[in-house]
Amino acid sequence: MSNTGQIFMRTFGWLGELGRSAIFLARVLAALPRLVTKPRLLIEQIYSVGVLSLLIVVVAGVFVGMVLALSGYRALADFGAENALGTSVALVVVRELGPVVTGLLFAGRAGSALAAEIGLMKATDQLSGMEMMAVDPIRRIVAPRFLAGLIAMPLLTSIFCVMAIGAGGGYFVGVDVLGVDASAYWNGIQSSVEFDRDIANIFIKSGVFGAIITWVAVFQGYYAPPTSEGVSRATTNTVVIASLALLAANLMLTAVMFSN
Amino acid sequence: MALETDSSNNLVTVRDLHYAIGSRVIYKGVDIDIARGRITAIMGPSGTGKTTLLRLISGQWKAQSGTVDFDGQRIAKLSQAKLFGLRKRMGMLFQSGALLTDLSVYDNVAFPLREHTRLPERLIRDIVLMKLEAVGLRGARGLFPAQLSGGMARRVALARAIALDPEMIMYDEPFAGQDPISMGVLLRLIRRLNDVLGLTSIVVSHDVKETLGIADYVYVISDGEVVDHGTPDDIRHSKSDWVQQFIHASADGPVPFHYAGSAYATDLLGARSA
Repeated sequence: MSNTGQIFMRTFGWLGELGRSAIFLARVLAALPRLVTKPRLLIEQIYSVGVLSLLIVVVAGVFVGMVLALSGYRALADFGAENALGTSVALVVVRELGPVVTGLLFAGRAGSALAAEIGLMKATDQLSGMEMMAVDPIRRIVAPRFLAGLIAMPLLTSIFCVMAIGAGGGYFVGVDVLGVDASAYWNGIQSSVEFDRDIANIFIKSGVFGAIITWVAVFQGYYAPPTSEGVSRATTNTVVIASLALLAANLMLTAVMFSN
Repeated sequence: MALETDSSNNLVTVRDLHYAIGSRVIYKGVDIDIARGRITAIMGPSGTGKTTLLRLISGQWKAQSGTVDFDGQRIAKLSQAKLFGLRKRMGMLFQSGALLTDLSVYDNVAFPLREHTRLPERLIRDIVLMKLEAVGLRGARGLFPAQLSGGMARRVALARAIALDPEMIMYDEPFAGQDPISMGVLLRLIRRLNDVLGLTSIVVSHDVKETLGIADYVYVISDGEVVDHGTPDDIRHSKSDWVQQFIHASADGPVPFHYAGSAYATDLLGARSA
């Protein structure tokens, strides 16, 4: 086959996969209302994808906040604007790093776990077994995990932002270590961060990222070839595709939300 | 191939079934009847499509052509809701057991009851204990699948398969990898459950002795076709060389020992010259 033919076939294959994932998403969304009758399934999954991701998010938030304060302080000190450190850290974290870094961590921790779990359930006939018991695996397995990701991501992002800006991260390095005035640090944050623009940004972006990551993860797991290699590839694909899709979505959302 | 069973008594009817996965042809026009109240065995070598047949009968996969009817309903034409309704009348024992690994033995058996009925938990408990008692594992209700042996896992899966009192149970290689005691237990359970509960059973297996020992009717499949069918005695005395090789486990015969390839000498000499 010629190179042009190969490119055509590959593009066609990608489009087909995209269409299949869109149909899959529609089936998941259609199954969501039935979760009202089984709230326990959702709560279990929020624990699994949310609470169990908490540690990595908290630790990452602290480190990111510290690094931002350190590097920001050096740059601001050159202009005698150390007191703007709070503003600098808060805007970078709230507008960009919070949702993006949390999303990347979530894709690595929860997304890969979701894909592996569903892929292994398929490989061990658990999904087929459910179908044979007249139980739709999309309703019983996929939908609760998808909604849990959608709910957990904004909460995790909020926690990440608090840890990065607050006492453990940026505040500790800026105020306690580098000697920036504490009230100037907080006042800077208070005067620069707007609720309807910046705080809403956290929830909108992280909600979209949560949907993208869990969509990719459950799709990859559900359609993974039922072999150890297939599950392994699904897990890798989840992290790679979800991370890239998240970065692309971030560009689009930032362009829309912060354009004049 | 003309079938000799009474068609009015058939729960499942397969006609002119064609099925292929990619370029690999699995079935090229088979006819199979599953009679009510009997144990019908589907036998054949590994990779011949026995499990595929169960998936086609249960509507998990759809044939390219031909028909599969369950109690007069054409499986391929049913909506998902109607298909799920029909599956409540079927049970399936997977080769792996397919138990939900995050649930205990008790919860696995209770799973279909909780999903499909609004029975109070007390009643569900009684039913689960009765089903587990039937397979001899009432005492193991608190264990998780990872704590079960292969034979125990299949018995739990069997208890789950009969939880909704189905009309038909499909067994996918129930004896594979079982020790003699577990095998004996499973053989007895399959026969007893079929007779006591008035079930219809399909047993897919390549374990000749065990399967011929409990089956009422046997289909032998190979290369996408039904090679022979009849009672276990008919199969034992089959005139087909292929069936004789299969049931006597002969290493050579119509099924050659060597996979098709170029001549041995040509291969060796070719490698030397290369």
